[in-house]
Amino acid sequence: MKIAVVVFPGSNCDIDLYEALHTVCHADVAYVSHTQKSLAGFDAVMLPGGFSYGDYLRSGAIARFSNIMPAIIEFAQAGKFVFGTCNGFQILTEAGLLPGALKRNNGLKFICKTVELEVSNNQTAFTTQYQAGEHISLPIAHADGSYYADKATLEKLERNGQVVFRYAGENPNGSLNNIAGITNEQGNVLGMMPHPERAVEALLGNEDGLRLFKSILENGKIKEEAAL
Amino acid sequence: MIATEMSPQEIKSNKPYLDWGLSEKEYNYICEKLLKRLPNYTETGLFAVMWSEHCSYKKSKPVLREFPSQNERVLQGPGEGAGIVDIGDKQAVVFKAESHNHPSAIEPYEGAATGVGGIIRDIFSMGARPIAMLDSLHFGEIKQARTKYLINEVVAGIGGYGNCMGIPTVGGEMTFDDCYTGNPLVNAMCVGLMEQKDMQVGRAQGIGNAVMYVGAKTGRDGIHGATFASADFSDEKETQRSAVQVGDPFMEKLLMEACLELTNKHADWLVGIQDMGAAGLVSSSCEMASKAGSGLELVLDDVPQREPEMSAYEIMLSESQERMLLCIRAGFEQKVKKLFEDYGLEAVVIGRVVAGKQYLLKHNGQTVADIPVSSLTDDVLEEASQEQVPQRILQAQKKQQWIPQINNAAEVLTKLLQQPTIASKKMFTQTYDSQVRTNTVVGPGSDAAVLRVRGTKKALAMTTDGNGRFVYLDPKIGGKMAVIEAAANLIASGALPLAVTDCLNYGDPNDPAIYWELHQSVLGMAEACRTLDTPVISGNVSLYNESNGKAIYPTPMIGMVGLIRDLKHIIPSFVQHQGDLVYLVGQTKQDFAGSELQKMQLGEISGSLNEVNTTKITLRMKRLLTAMEKGLVASAHDLSEGGLAVALAETTFGTKYGIKGELSLSGAELFSETAGRFIVTVAPAKQKQFLAEMKDKVALIGKVSGESQLHLTYQDGQFNLDLEVVKGLWEDAIPCLMKSKD
Amino acid sequence: MTNVRIFVTYKESVFDPQGETITEAIHSLGYHEVKQVHVGKFFDVEVEGNIEKVKETVAQISEQLLVNFNLETYRYEIMEEA
Repeated sequence: MKIAVVVFPGSNCDIDLYEALHTVCHADVAYVSHTQKSLAGFDAVMLPGGFSYGDYLRSGAIARFSNIMPAIIEFAQAGKFVFGTCNGFQILTEAGLLPGALKRNNGLKFICKTVELEVSNNQTAFTTQYQAGEHISLPIAHADGSYYADKATLEKLERNGQVVFRYAGENPNGSLNNIAGITNEQGNVLGMMPHPERAVEALLGNEDGLRLFKSILENGKIKEEAAL
Repeated sequence: MIATEMSPQEIKSNKPYLDWGLSEKEYNYICEKLLKRLPNYTETGLFAVMWSEHCSYKKSKPVLREFPSQNERVLQGPGEGAGIVDIGDKQAVVFKAESHNHPSAIEPYEGAATGVGGIIRDIFSMGARPIAMLDSLHFGEIKQARTKYLINEVVAGIGGYGNCMGIPTVGGEMTFDDCYTGNPLVNAMCVGLMEQKDMQVGRAQGIGNAVMYVGAKTGRDGIHGATFASADFSDEKETQRSAVQVGDPFMEKLLMEACLELTNKHADWLVGIQDMGAAGLVSSSCEMASKAGSGLELVLDDVPQREPEMSAYEIMLSESQERMLLCIRAGFEQKVKKLFEDYGLEAVVIGRVVAGKQYLLKHNGQTVADIPVSSLTDDVLEEASQEQVPQRILQAQKKQQWIPQINNAAEVLTKLLQQPTIASKKMFTQTYDSQVRTNTVVGPGSDAAVLRVRGTKKALAMTTDGNGRFVYLDPKIGGKMAVIEAAANLIASGALPLAVTDCLNYGDPNDPAIYWELHQSVLGMAEACRTLDTPVISGNVSLYNESNGKAIYPTPMIGMVGLIRDLKHIIPSFVQHQGDLVYLVGQTKQDFAGSELQKMQLGEISGSLNEVNTTKITLRMKRLLTAMEKGLVASAHDLSEGGLAVALAETTFGTKYGIKGELSLSGAELFSETAGRFIVTVAPAKQKQFLAEMKDKVALIGKVSGESQLHLTYQDGQFNLDLEVVKGLWEDAIPCLMKSKD
Repeated sequence: MTNVRIFVTYKESVFDPQGETITEAIHSLGYHEVKQVHVGKFFDVEVEGNIEKVKETVAQISEQLLVNFNLETYRYEIMEEA
């Protein structure tokens, strides 16, 4: 399975995703510039955190017009894995690949800390290595992480099990239904505000994010084998 | 700005240069000795800004020579964008600190943000990737609405810039004293990592080579910022202040990535690179020419401009942010243009290195400046300064030392933990992204921050420290203590201190008492740096930190970086296991002058400091480091504000443990702030080896217990404190003060 | 050339923490007659073309880029026509 990490101008967690996949998980991974128009040869694409285009206008609003975006949309529609963390999540909502939007945190400030999460759905391709309802800790680092969607959308998300991660302790940003991460209806696109890529090494004090990447790699392999 | 410029003759008679910070004596010297003619408007402006203290260090230079600046590890000492130190494996660490006090006092968000931006450019201009930011912030007491506003905005500015750049803000310090109310100190330090082969310098040489401009366009922002930084504050001057610069971290992120690609992959195209910081284009270009002994010709019409009809004076002095100046080998200009275009940036040739040693500026077809390069950089008149011992120091020596009366040590400790200088700074530090780029092993809230060096088994520890109170009471001893404190923070994390960067924050140096403070404290710092073998490789001086005629405490900030040779030996500052033995390393004396306890009990600081033996402390720290590297130490915490009692409480916070201790100190001595002491925990199995290694006086003072209690029996009393409760108070103290209405 | 000011604001049901915070600050200054503050942003744009085309362009850029319809809505004012 070959994974693309997309680099937008202003992305800054690109190296973190890359290293988590390459050095820690020994996965086949490559950076792809926002100027590229194709994702040919890749089986999964990941959108890193950061401040694409300085987060000017709205977080993720400008990045969605990048050259690479049509390829990502096509990729998602083809059922391939698309993952966005933090700014990546914001871009996915702005691009319409995930419902809802991410607003300024209720406290109005950027917050960097480790929060407790509940794995609300462990049946997605991104979470099979977690236990259902398991509590894990992951770092967050964002100013615009308050998930918002209208009532009908929220109900649909809940009904379909699209809420994958939920803040289990204190809600750090005021997101509705304590939502920290959601998938699309098909379950092949995941966006989340917490940073699993920052929690893959014991040296840095937290390995709770590792199983997310292992889930993707394992399910990607299963998919590949099924295709053969 | 006036529309028509004065003629040289008018300048001579109207003396506008006095407002720009140039003295009459300097002006006459320039006319008579250097140019042998009258300078025109633009030239006078160039001299004013280049001869300001901010650019020339004309006041502080004689004193700065006291600092050691070399040892076998130093690859680049002071004089370039930042200093560079060898860390083995053909790698080097690059660091520098800079103050942005004056801009932050006026426009705290942008002042702090652009301070961060500037210091980051200094690091990547050396060819290094910035890996961490630290800060040192000093504010007034959290009482006035204005102070709260300054704190919130400065913190937001630091976070806003660093977070967007993707450079983790990993550590720093924050203190509160009335003397900083009108003149807060905002010092930022950036640490970078590089391959030694990628080392760059800020030089422009080779006749015909191009001078290229990259980054943001030039506007009228921050003109005379450098001279402004060298003038003191008073409320009436409010209206005269020049436009503040506004930072654009997104632009800087692109600029950084592009410059790193240039320096690390295309070094053969590049002759030199320098940040356009204080005094913008003039300072960067003439310094690049001066260091290489070259002549330079710039065509100002080619400088990218954001505003119409800018004068030569404005273009040269603008302090617009996020700009870099490059010297590119002739023939490679198009390649450089293309490289920057790929990042969405414009690189423009604005001049050439020319024969001779003149600094030539052309604008609208006219020569607007034609002066020797060296007249701007090397011929600055150094100013001899008067020195005088301040009255307060003479008087303090005659008075008896204050010895506190402690009746209820538990209550005193509980109150001390809520003093803003000691209390948790989490509400601020959690607004900084401290983890981005996933190298942060130890982030904010410890003695020192620790970052691993990817692909090696090494780690770097870093800290910033400045305690104006001690320097105020005794500049020389206080200066030593500042360096010792920084070194102790690194040692506590298991690192060997490598080198120092500093920000020297003082009042008006024309006051002989203040110059004496500067001189004495530098002597103290220099002595400690020599003893520790930590040369001063970079830094800056910020003078005129006064508000309505009252100076801040003399507050030198020491930024120090240390090397941890093996990741296995990163030492946590929190206790690790129940049953571990708690040792106090270093002797405790009656050091209450300038202590947090004194400030809390008396509302002010006074007295004189006891001598600090840097040799003895250095030896002790080296032994402790050896014990750490042999795996004998489970945790270590350096003792600073609030002394032993505060440190014992802090070292348990966030753990499920407590400490049960018994010591021969008095209740008062629990709060003494004798320099160079540590609390160290050691597994019982390693006790023997630890003691053998330490040789020095270490005292077994207790054990790590399984419950969250601090149980202390001391000479004249005992107490039992619920650590969960005091931790809550320690955490809530600052949020409460920030929320309270005044 | 036509100067147009485009106003982007949160939809009514969306919680506006900035507005809340500013309201509190106004109250702390003693202006209790101020009941609510809503924070929005505006964009001043200069557009070429006849007025009908200008309106069309403004609507298009608002809907494609300036507004996130999950949260926000917009209106615009023609400031001056040249």
